Amino acid sequence: MEEVRLMKGNEALAHAAIRCGCDGYFGYPITPQSEIMETLMAEKPWETTGMVCLQAESEVASINMVYGGASCGKKSMTSSSSPGVSLMQEGISFMCGADLPGLIVNVQRGGPGLGTIQPSQSDYFQATKGGGHGDYHLLVLAPYSVQEMADFVDLAFELSFKYRIPAMILSDGVIGQMMEPVVLPPFKPRFTDEEIAKNSPWALTGKPSSRKQNIISSLELDPALMEEHNVRRQERYRLVEATEARYQEFMCEDAEYLIVAFGSAARVCQKSVELLRQEGIKAGLLRPITLWPFPTQTIQKYARQVKSMLCAELNAGQMIQDVRLAVNGQVPVEHFGRMGGMVPSPEEIVEALKKQL
Amino acid sequence: MNENIIAPENLVYEKSKLLKDNVMHYCPGCNHGTVHRMIAEVIEEMGMEHDCIGVSPVGCAVFIYKYIDVDFAEAAHGRAPAIATAMKRLNPNKLVFTYQGDGDLSAIGACETLHACNRGENIAIIFVNNAIYGMTGGQMSPSTLVGMKASTCPYGRDVELNGYPMKISNILAELEGTCYVTRQSVHSAAAVRKTKKAIRKAFDNSMAKKGTSVVEIVASCNSGWKMTPYNANKWLEENMFPFYQLGDLKDR
Repeated sequence: MEEVRLMKGNEALAHAAIRCGCDGYFGYPITPQSEIMETLMAEKPWETTGMVCLQAESEVASINMVYGGASCGKKSMTSSSSPGVSLMQEGISFMCGADLPGLIVNVQRGGPGLGTIQPSQSDYFQATKGGGHGDYHLLVLAPYSVQEMADFVDLAFELSFKYRIPAMILSDGVIGQMMEPVVLPPFKPRFTDEEIAKNSPWALTGKPSSRKQNIISSLELDPALMEEHNVRRQERYRLVEATEARYQEFMCEDAEYLIVAFGSAARVCQKSVELLRQEGIKAGLLRPITLWPFPTQTIQKYARQVKSMLCAELNAGQMIQDVRLAVNGQVPVEHFGRMGGMVPSPEEIVEALKKQL
Repeated sequence: MNENIIAPENLVYEKSKLLKDNVMHYCPGCNHGTVHRMIAEVIEEMGMEHDCIGVSPVGCAVFIYKYIDVDFAEAAHGRAPAIATAMKRLNPNKLVFTYQGDGDLSAIGACETLHACNRGENIAIIFVNNAIYGMTGGQMSPSTLVGMKASTCPYGRDVELNGYPMKISNILAELEGTCYVTRQSVHSAAAVRKTKKAIRKAFDNSMAKKGTSVVEIVASCNSGWKMTPYNANKWLEENMFPFYQLGDLKDR
């Protein structure tokens, strides 16, 4: 019998990290995600699973600690909120350049700058388009419930190690702070030294006589070789785009109007779809779960079915660019958004969609 | 007789097995090669070649992994102590060391260095201080001496404009987390021998979990200083040593 517990999204994520065999957490306090590190420190997983937890001196240090752990083939993670994640961009770029797995959690708040501590989705571009320097992507998972805050930790590590691409859980202040019933994932052992040597042969374990020296590096002075590295990385990205896009459909089968929303905005939009249906308007909701890879083909499919689309986001219009690229002008795609930490009501989105009728 | 000189019984010195055959990219007269050799020798003498992870810096020594045959990660500029922190904490039985220059360690990486040392991470930091950014062409660093010329202070370091040179090892020695902080050099055979002992002590400390060890090596950069190797060595003795005095700053 699975035990149902009531907790915050941030707390659920912390418990899930311990349970999925995470080796190391490195973080720096910032609202609205501080419960992640607080929960870990209270749980003392170093006494049970052996997971190391360390409060770093900055987000710059945190992400480099993740880089260090990941270099050794260890499941390493950090969490922060928007301003802190901006500080991590250098380290994230280096991880992508060195093809290291790892997990970065961004419990977003309104920006730019110091901004607010209230929820926002204004880091969509930063999360999905790179964020730091160089041509790269992160695997981006967008939870919309406390349950998904728990479930996506293991999924993020699985995908990240499979493709050697860092993963990001792009959450926000609503999902991190709200309390919901959650079933925590089962315990999974941490990687053994043998598993690391076998499954991550690139990892720094101390060079045994049986293999050549391993080097974790993103540097190559010969531009022709550097281009080759980039080409191989882009090929991996194309594979991920073809196979790993995840999404959820809500009342989409007969939909004439499609709302596209992720994370907490999708929670609000579920209610909006119900309200629209009560008025006889055939609305549906498509919720991208992976923001990169983006569910482009699914959007394309609905572009042949619906009359128009509405992107509802807690930002000035970011995901809408990916939706419009997919739709390619076939149907109108409009934006509705609130900014700066404001969350719309379901009725506001209903009104926005009605303008498209 | 000549062919017998390399016979095993005549051998008095041998290249470390951990030193690879790659031709070093360093300028003639550079001190990095000497320090690399000693690190390789110490790892081999400790029998840690299969249990060692190094972290290379941004700077001339970024390619240290081309010369020393152990596992290595390349750090973003200044971040080596943070990277080494996680490596050691997740692999407490490995020998983990960083190799950093003065720009890397005392400018952009000052924060990571101070906090790793303050936490007493069981790592060894090899700090080559040549008072200049060598790789990017000889710019001023935090340890450039007052009046010393660099490409970004072509008329000499001016205190009004650039502040004073930083003795970061003295600051690190003040922190409770460090167990051993020493300032050495490789300008003479005697100095090389002392430095090798210091590296050994630092590596032994980290395996004995005594805290952070820092071995600063006051070095020359004859290319950056725009001198011949000989003159750079002389300049080092006459100008660097009076300010960066050699010896142990802390040993406990």
